[in-house]
Amino acid sequence: MTKLLEWLLGVSLVLAAWAVVSFDLLELRLPQSYREAAWPMPLYLLVSFGCYSLGTVGYRVATFNDCDEASAELLGQIEEAKQDLRKKGLKI
Amino acid sequence: MASRKASQPKRDSGDKYSILLPTYNERENLPLIVWLLVKYFGESGYNYEIIVIDDGSPDGTLEVAEQLQKIYGEDKILLRPRATKLGLGTAYIHGIKHATGNFVIIMDADLSHHPKFIPEFIKKQKEGDYDLVSGTRYQGNGGVYGWDLRRKLISRGANFLSQVLLRPGASDLTGSFRLYKKAVLESLVERCVSKGYVFQMEMIVRARQLNYTIGEVPISFVDRVYGESKLGGNEIVSFVKGLITLFATT
Repeated sequence: MTKLLEWLLGVSLVLAAWAVVSFDLLELRLPQSYREAAWPMPLYLLVSFGCYSLGTVGYRVATFNDCDEASAELLGQIEEAKQDLRKKGLKI
Repeated sequence: MASRKASQPKRDSGDKYSILLPTYNERENLPLIVWLLVKYFGESGYNYEIIVIDDGSPDGTLEVAEQLQKIYGEDKILLRPRATKLGLGTAYIHGIKHATGNFVIIMDADLSHHPKFIPEFIKKQKEGDYDLVSGTRYQGNGGVYGWDLRRKLISRGANFLSQVLLRPGASDLTGSFRLYKKAVLESLVERCVSKGYVFQMEMIVRARQLNYTIGEVPISFVDRVYGESKLGGNEIVSFVKGLITLFATT
């Protein structure tokens, strides 16, 4: 099953459950409070996911490691390499 | 006189590592990356070969490669050039054909990937007999040098989107610093159809599909060309297109 199909399946299941509870499709006669809580769920979930995404990406950008020592080390090694290669006969 | 211990560990395991270096206009960087590879492989004691796949670089990269071959030997530096600039996937296919190692390392030739991580890749691979080991910029003490906020945002945002849609089980999907078992790389490259960044993503996704095991090692990515080649709208659009294609077809 492709990821797209997995997503469609998952979303369909969630929407089906939501519809059953919100609109009492199976005549379960759940208490009114259940229906009131379930009704805005899809919107809540979307908004929550949006906030989670922003928060996660923001956190990851903020904690993205800056490898200053790696750059310094590389520059030093480049000099070392150039000298050694010149000695070995490399002509650039 | 006290006897001197050998300074290199003896590696009799019979493993050989073939490093594929696709190059295009890397006349200045090629000697440096080769020097670093020789340094770190020499210290590690592992058996290796470097395969330079030059795509007809107009700046004379191949000529420099020939000089390096004279310095380090034709058994260590193999030249397998091509006439024109062709894709990365075909470069890998071309390189694998001539690789005599049982492991293949792919990396960039522009010094953004540092050979010092290769012994760590090898160690990780042996730890779990992983089919592939991927260098990650996003975990542990992995990271990047030379990126501004915009670039970091795009990188993390794109990676987040890929993780949500594809759930690939690897933290860095677009990275191209990896160690593969040769047979694994062969089977993956022939299955992959994407180009550019998405090609590297597709490799990981297909590896998952085929139940290959993936290990990760944090790496530092030193971007020295960012100033010259900003990530433009075109690249972003083709990335999203490729991501959606993978989402819908794998």
